[in-house]
Amino acid sequence: MKQLNLYLLYAWLIFLPEILPATVWMVGHDKPLSSVSEALEKATNGDTIYVYAGYYTEGNLQVNKSVVLTGVGFPVLDGQKQCEILTVNSSHVTISGFDVRNSGQMSTIDLAGIKVLSSSFVVVENNRVRDCNFGIYLSNTTDCIVRNNDVRGVLKEEQNCGNGVHIWKGERHLVANNYLSGHRDGIYFEFVTDSEIRNNNSEVNMRYGLHFMFSHNDHYHHNRFYNNGAGVAVMYSRQVKMTENRFSHNWGSSAYGILLKDITDSHIWKNVFDSNSAGVYMEGASRIILEQNEFLENGWALRIQASCDANTVRLNNFRGNSFDVSTNGHLVLNSFSQNYWDRYEGYDLNKDGTGDVPFRPVSLFAVVVERMPYGIMLMRSFMVYLLDKAEKLIPSLTPEQLMDEKPAMSPLENGLNLYQEPQMAADSMHPASGAVPIQIQ
Amino acid sequence: MLRLIKYILLDIIQNRMVIGYTLFLLAVSLGLFSLNDDPTKGLVSLLNIALIVTPLVSIVFSTIHFYNSSEFIEMMAAQPLRRSLIVRAEFWSLSLALVTAVVIGMGIPIALYASTSTGLALLAVTVVLTVVFVSLAMYASVRTRDKAKGIGGVLLLWFLFALLYDAFVLLFMFMFSDYPLEKAVLAMVALNPIDLARVTVLLQLDMAALMGYTGALFREFLGTVNGIIFASAVLTVWSAVPVVAAVNVFNRKDL
Repeated sequence: MKQLNLYLLYAWLIFLPEILPATVWMVGHDKPLSSVSEALEKATNGDTIYVYAGYYTEGNLQVNKSVVLTGVGFPVLDGQKQCEILTVNSSHVTISGFDVRNSGQMSTIDLAGIKVLSSSFVVVENNRVRDCNFGIYLSNTTDCIVRNNDVRGVLKEEQNCGNGVHIWKGERHLVANNYLSGHRDGIYFEFVTDSEIRNNNSEVNMRYGLHFMFSHNDHYHHNRFYNNGAGVAVMYSRQVKMTENRFSHNWGSSAYGILLKDITDSHIWKNVFDSNSAGVYMEGASRIILEQNEFLENGWALRIQASCDANTVRLNNFRGNSFDVSTNGHLVLNSFSQNYWDRYEGYDLNKDGTGDVPFRPVSLFAVVVERMPYGIMLMRSFMVYLLDKAEKLIPSLTPEQLMDEKPAMSPLENGLNLYQEPQMAADSMHPASGAVPIQIQ
Repeated sequence: MLRLIKYILLDIIQNRMVIGYTLFLLAVSLGLFSLNDDPTKGLVSLLNIALIVTPLVSIVFSTIHFYNSSEFIEMMAAQPLRRSLIVRAEFWSLSLALVTAVVIGMGIPIALYASTSTGLALLAVTVVLTVVFVSLAMYASVRTRDKAKGIGGVLLLWFLFALLYDAFVLLFMFMFSDYPLEKAVLAMVALNPIDLARVTVLLQLDMAALMGYTGALFREFLGTVNGIIFASAVLTVWSAVPVVAAVNVFNRKDL
């Protein structure tokens, strides 16, 4: 009997949310409520607020209850360049379908379009964010989802501009299918662990498409980073998986497809690096496996500083790069194997698909340019070509041990399955019906 | 002058060498473009032809032609003609013939496969290099009477511009690598017509690599209108000065 009572208690607890009436609040010019702040004030935990299309200039909106805040037909929340627009201080909040624009800008506080502070299980989806200082800002949060948002800023000076999606200190987040442009960094991660970034399109940001620091055990895949000021930076992290991304057209004196600084135990697999000043730049990186990537028409495909060790570069394709690999030292602690190099001129007598003579990807000219950057002015000079040939026969200046023992004879089929255009926020978001008993106020 | 140019041109065409050169350029360009799927790679290979072969053929052919027509030149000098006219006519007709060869031999394949700004830059640069090396040939062949010596000198000149100069620049860079050499190297590169031509095309080709700090300096200098004016000025000096010097020498020369 006692046990049965306990079961009943459990059952009651499980069905409690179904039994309690959740309230639905409607906001709009011909709806019961006309302002979002009023609805937020009246709502209690578990309520749903529908905001219908219209133009709302209500200053800063504080969400302090676990509510579902849904925009129907993209209502505009305008901060008029004065303040932050939506601030979430509560867990279990969903914000979707809004057009958030014109946040203010301050030098002391990071004002954002949508900010989530010290909460969990918050979903920010299907929103448009325009001309905000920071787009979507999560601080000290766990288990949040940021997806299908379209965040666009206007380019101004780097120091006066925030990031598209900014997450500071968090765990288990998902950032997916967002479009980010015109900010300082498209996506900014600092102290964020066990998270996933997928299928985002981050382009034309002032600094980095993705900026990643002190964030361990994360996985980012199927993203596209295009024409950002300095490409993508992944720094001071370990166990990061970077797979099936595309890094392209990051041009500039210090622009990279990826900049890897003090990264350990990570896996870079099946990415495409095309037309970057440097495809991958590694500094202080250890135990990284770079495999099955495609390096196409970069200035430098791979720049490995001598501070890197125990990295493996294998099964990649190197095609049409001005320089394949360059390094600044003689010591070689990294291994290269079975890559395809379009400059390889060896032969394959036993027809096993790998060349019989090793390939040295660091050319003499790459060493010269590494030491004297202005040496680039002699690029494609016939003299340089002759010197490179001589050096290939008898290496003296180039690191002798840096070589691919078994280079592939033909380009490898890496079966790349890259970024697909994300499904952007749908235009009409209609109230779901059914499950919850609706009480219109 | 025009009549003189006409006679010289007829002589050049009869020689069939220029026609062979045209066909060679045509075959090489078409071959390079059809071997590479990517027209940009074809352009890169063609760049080497343009920087090495075109100057060599231009300078050697012009020198040989000048020596071979020494009897014609002597006869013309006996006519009531200004001496400078004779050298200038030689220069213009040789330039015209070789430039036509380049325009047909490289221009048509470029127009077919790679009619981009890079292709256009490559063609323009090759035409200018041709004129510069004809001009150099004029000076060298007027200076020496002996044909073998003349051709030897001319080969040395080509060797200097195409190979040795870059080796010197490289040596210079190594020797003074403790100093900021950006501007010095830029100046050195700008003074060699072949290097200047190469860099002009490079600015179109290897954008990604050249966008580094030096590349930026480079682009700032040569990529702007001022830079283009400067480059054109340098190349004009290179094509005009030797031929003017040749006229001066020829005017006072004991034939």
